[in-house]
Amino acid sequence: MSDGHEHEQADPRALRAEALERLLTERGLVSTEAIDVILRRYEEDVGPMNGARAVARAWLDPAYRERLLADGTAAITELGFGGPQGERLVVVENTPKVHNVVVCTLCSCYPWPVLGLPPAWYKDPAYRSRVVREPRAVLAEFGLELPSDVEVRVWDSSAEIRYMVLPERPASSAGEDDEQLRARVSRDAMIGVARVEE
Amino acid sequence: MDGIHDLGGRQGFGGSLAERDEGVFHDDWERRVFAIASLLMGLGCFNIDEFRHAIERLDPLSYLADGYYGRWLGACELLVRAADDRPTPGRVANATALRELAAPPRFAPGDLVTTRNLHRPGHTRLPGYARARRGTIALVQGGWVLPDTNAHGRGECPEHVYAVRFAGEELWGEAAEPGTSVCVDLFESYLEPA
Repeated sequence: MSDGHEHEQADPRALRAEALERLLTERGLVSTEAIDVILRRYEEDVGPMNGARAVARAWLDPAYRERLLADGTAAITELGFGGPQGERLVVVENTPKVHNVVVCTLCSCYPWPVLGLPPAWYKDPAYRSRVVREPRAVLAEFGLELPSDVEVRVWDSSAEIRYMVLPERPASSAGEDDEQLRARVSRDAMIGVARVEE
Repeated sequence: MDGIHDLGGRQGFGGSLAERDEGVFHDDWERRVFAIASLLMGLGCFNIDEFRHAIERLDPLSYLADGYYGRWLGACELLVRAADDRPTPGRVANATALRELAAPPRFAPGDLVTTRNLHRPGHTRLPGYARARRGTIALVQGGWVLPDTNAHGRGECPEHVYAVRFAGEELWGEAAEPGTSVCVDLFESYLEPA
């Protein structure tokens, strides 16, 4: 190439994506502006910090916890979250005897309003195929060894209901305020592949 | 369809998750494909069930090799071509698939049900691993557009959805880890009283 730029083998998918965008732009169906609006929403406005707020509030406020478990969508609406993939949010509670973990074996369904977009591992064949069949082994690979007397419940999001795990509050967090508690709550704990550490 | 996407319980599709890909978007084209697909659905060019089924219809090698947004890209291409290269935003794009149903739910929490041995050639949301299995109604989840018809232009035909719990042993036999269960959200027409 004589233009002086470094050229790798262009990813065919990138070329196809460009061609698709060009076609749809010519048809007036998409625009750079519309694309930017969507990306801003999902790259900045929506993410696990939302879910962490709900978890921290539930830990501090027993009445909110009841509402969150009874109707997750209504409870997160109180905090100002909602939108696509959140029409019916079911929050499942971890206890000393029950550990919940969420998957979508058929595609990648994920509770966007509270966790944002899923990481690649959640959407890839290894997790989707294995976690329904051998959840304990999968959780161990995530660093979570569960005692045999803890029941593991896997939730396969096969319809439009979306699931989020309400992790157990660690004893060492006693006395912490909302901001401190929120900082403890990881995305992985709300999917169920981790606990919130002491 | 009994396609490559129906991965629950399949083996050989991945090794350890101890090292895993935490990224959402790896390249700019992925971000743009995500946005484009979202826009097209928002415009009503196709619905989410058609979109999911288009992904399912990708050839298996592409499905596995192209990555997640590569699948979205393939699905968009398939749907744009199928609409004779002119997706028409004439349809109403529904923001939600939740529907009020006149008929009450057939099943209640605690009911024992068996999933039907459905092998539909088109789109369905009954995973293969949960077919012809006995489970318990855990949650009654409201009325929802039926993907099996909505993906094929055969109408919304909404039904009650239930979270059905299956014991690990029921699904995997001796291979099951002890003390495990899987809850799957299933449409009423997928179920029969046990």
